[in-house]
Amino acid sequence: MATRFDPDKDSAPRLQSYDIPFPDESMVVLDGLNYIKAHVDGTLSYRWSCRMGICGSCGMMVNGTPKLTCNAFLRDYWPKPVIVEPLSNFPIIRDLVIDMEDFMHKLKSIKPWIIRKQEIPLGAGEHRQTTSQIDDFRQFSQCINCMLCYAACPVYGLNDEFLGPAAIALARRYNLDSRDQGLKERLPVIADSEGIWECSFVGECSVVCPKGVDPAKAIQQTKLDTTMRFLLPYGNREP
Amino acid sequence: MESYDVLVVGGGLAGLRAAIAAVETNPRIKVGMVSKVYPMRSHTVSAEGGAAAVLRPEDSYETHAYDTIKGSDYLADQEVVEAFVREAPIEVIQMEHWGCPWSRDPDGKISVRPFGGMTTWRTCFAADKSGFHMLHTVFQTSLKYKQIHRHDEAFVTKLLIEGSRCVGVIALDQRSGRFDAITAKAVILATGGLGRVYAFTTNGNICTGDGMALAYRAGVGLKDMEMVQFHPTGLPFTGILITEAVRGEGGYLTNSEGERFLKRYVPNKMELGPRDIISRAMTVEFEEGRGFEGPHGKYMHLDVRHLGEDLIDRKLPFMRELGREFVGIDIVHEPIPVRPVQHYMMGGVDADISCATAIPGLYAAGECANVGLNGGNRLGSNSLSECLVFGAAAGRAASAYASSVSAVATNPIDAMLWDEARRVESAYLEKTGGEERIGTIREEMQRDMDAGAGVFRTREGLDKLTEQLGGLRERFERIKIEDSSRTFNTELTAALELDFMLEVSQSIVASALAREESRGAHARRDFPERNDEKYLKHTVAFSRASESARPRLEYRDVHITNFKPQARTY
Repeated sequence: MATRFDPDKDSAPRLQSYDIPFPDESMVVLDGLNYIKAHVDGTLSYRWSCRMGICGSCGMMVNGTPKLTCNAFLRDYWPKPVIVEPLSNFPIIRDLVIDMEDFMHKLKSIKPWIIRKQEIPLGAGEHRQTTSQIDDFRQFSQCINCMLCYAACPVYGLNDEFLGPAAIALARRYNLDSRDQGLKERLPVIADSEGIWECSFVGECSVVCPKGVDPAKAIQQTKLDTTMRFLLPYGNREP
Repeated sequence: MESYDVLVVGGGLAGLRAAIAAVETNPRIKVGMVSKVYPMRSHTVSAEGGAAAVLRPEDSYETHAYDTIKGSDYLADQEVVEAFVREAPIEVIQMEHWGCPWSRDPDGKISVRPFGGMTTWRTCFAADKSGFHMLHTVFQTSLKYKQIHRHDEAFVTKLLIEGSRCVGVIALDQRSGRFDAITAKAVILATGGLGRVYAFTTNGNICTGDGMALAYRAGVGLKDMEMVQFHPTGLPFTGILITEAVRGEGGYLTNSEGERFLKRYVPNKMELGPRDIISRAMTVEFEEGRGFEGPHGKYMHLDVRHLGEDLIDRKLPFMRELGREFVGIDIVHEPIPVRPVQHYMMGGVDADISCATAIPGLYAAGECANVGLNGGNRLGSNSLSECLVFGAAAGRAASAYASSVSAVATNPIDAMLWDEARRVESAYLEKTGGEERIGTIREEMQRDMDAGAGVFRTREGLDKLTEQLGGLRERFERIKIEDSSRTFNTELTAALELDFMLEVSQSIVASALAREESRGAHARRDFPERNDEKYLKHTVAFSRASESARPRLEYRDVHITNFKPQARTY
């Protein structure tokens, strides 16, 4: 069953049932949607592209849990029905397509780029960075912006002013990068945003992340940064 | 009506790099970016292995150029390759300054790994998610430029040509269903590849050759379209890419007899031979009965068990994740099933060394372009570097051009917008009475292309394919569109994409049929030898007025500077 909603025609989302063949154990929920689109009902709308869990397009609620539909295997649900709905906590544009403009603004607001007091010229070559310095931020750099963590976040569900798990994890990614000196520009954006102090250790964001990012940890660490300046990450300490 | 100095179509690595270069060339200009997906969804995200650049004292520009030219089977334009190898290191360092988490050596410098067809270690990498990290780095960096304005999830249906100049595009805003004319003094196409014309491909759903078809319809030639790359190692069924870096790090390819069969094909390079040759070797082994048989066809083993868990987790963690999630194996303990899979398009929009096309104001970069870098076969890890080097070149050239010409008159644009919106509405949205499903035609096209324009080709197969594509084009005229909504109508965009794919497929087949030799990725069973006398030339295909007519082909000399064509053995 999949959610159908066309703002031109419908006042509210509804579920529609489809029967599809399941000839192959390798089939994922997305293959089921593609079968429907190609052979049963061309009007069903959803986003997808890479089909290998890296582009972040195909996040949906599958039986109530946020999932990348490209690696949610039908065999794990069969013989029960599979209910596919748009990600929770987002406005719906159409069917399974959510409106994620809010995240795009939030992403920009945390200044997700390297900030330096002085840029070094290209001719000077690369910044030296050790593997252990990369390890400091590695997991936070794995975010594919799939929005599953926002769909799982009880705080974002109540208050969409909250920056949210992925944006804070990405701010953390730059704050912890030995090449970056922008923490003081980012910290106020995060500390002043609504919601961060409401975030409890629920950690649903980290549970649903398909890439092993731990946004809950980023949020707790960021809370510490705002109170304990003497423990700032490497690139952002005063000389 | 939105108006820009430079408009970039496509938000992948080449497009984003172009947008930033355009602004940095002239900070006073306004740059637009139209992409049918949010930029971080672009297919660059799936690139794994790395980006080639000469960074080490023991390496040299000459060797990188030679490897690339030999890899191209001498169909690359050599002055383009020579410029490329000099720019690539600068671009890799630029990415580092922007925050790309390149994997490092113990001294903190950017690490390099071996790659197919490269004589030395020169592939920079961010574990085995290089494309993902590069795309997110350059996208996030682009957010700091106030001069860059994005139109996300807008689908370009037509290039605006006024007089002889390209002056913008017409785009369908997917969310509202509205058609917009977006004008610009210069337009850069950076729309990526066309892998979805094949059934078995590593390419994402969005790789439908849009930019190639847009330029082709506007009268620009498509160059070397017969040169389609098949990557040796895709997962059966899904076509998910298993990076060449698996072999770069020491993985073995073995057949069903447990033999490293490449010793019969590329004895001096073994697993680090170029993609075209290894894909052919695997196909021959399959034909001769030395492949494994699986539920999704024949396959080989790609074995990394001897590399150890530590190296795999450091350098190939995504491969372990893909194996676990999509095949249900742990590559530390089990070999990976792989077979050749469509991966990359060497051919593309005919553009010169500065990415300019034959239409003033129109540029092309990245996979959708053919600037003459890759010839008959691209070497692994040259394409991420290509996106950076030629994305930047296109941005600079378009920026300079935009600063030198006057703005566009808006009067004729209004009429063009009206005409194009009416064309799409009447052909698709208001269409009644069709009976053909888009999905069915698309699947048939993909199956036919796999069969007729795959690793090996014959005249017979290509003739049959020409007929099949002609039939599919006729049936496309009778498609049924069930979705008449204006809001996020993905059946409409699927129809527009299928229209583009049928168009570019035809250019692939016509170009392949006419090249009666074997060179690079174009292997003709009926003409197994390379023929420099006749075919040391680029094929350039031009569209005829009618969509069903076969393309007109021209040939153009390859630019040879320092590397005389030789037999290509490894």
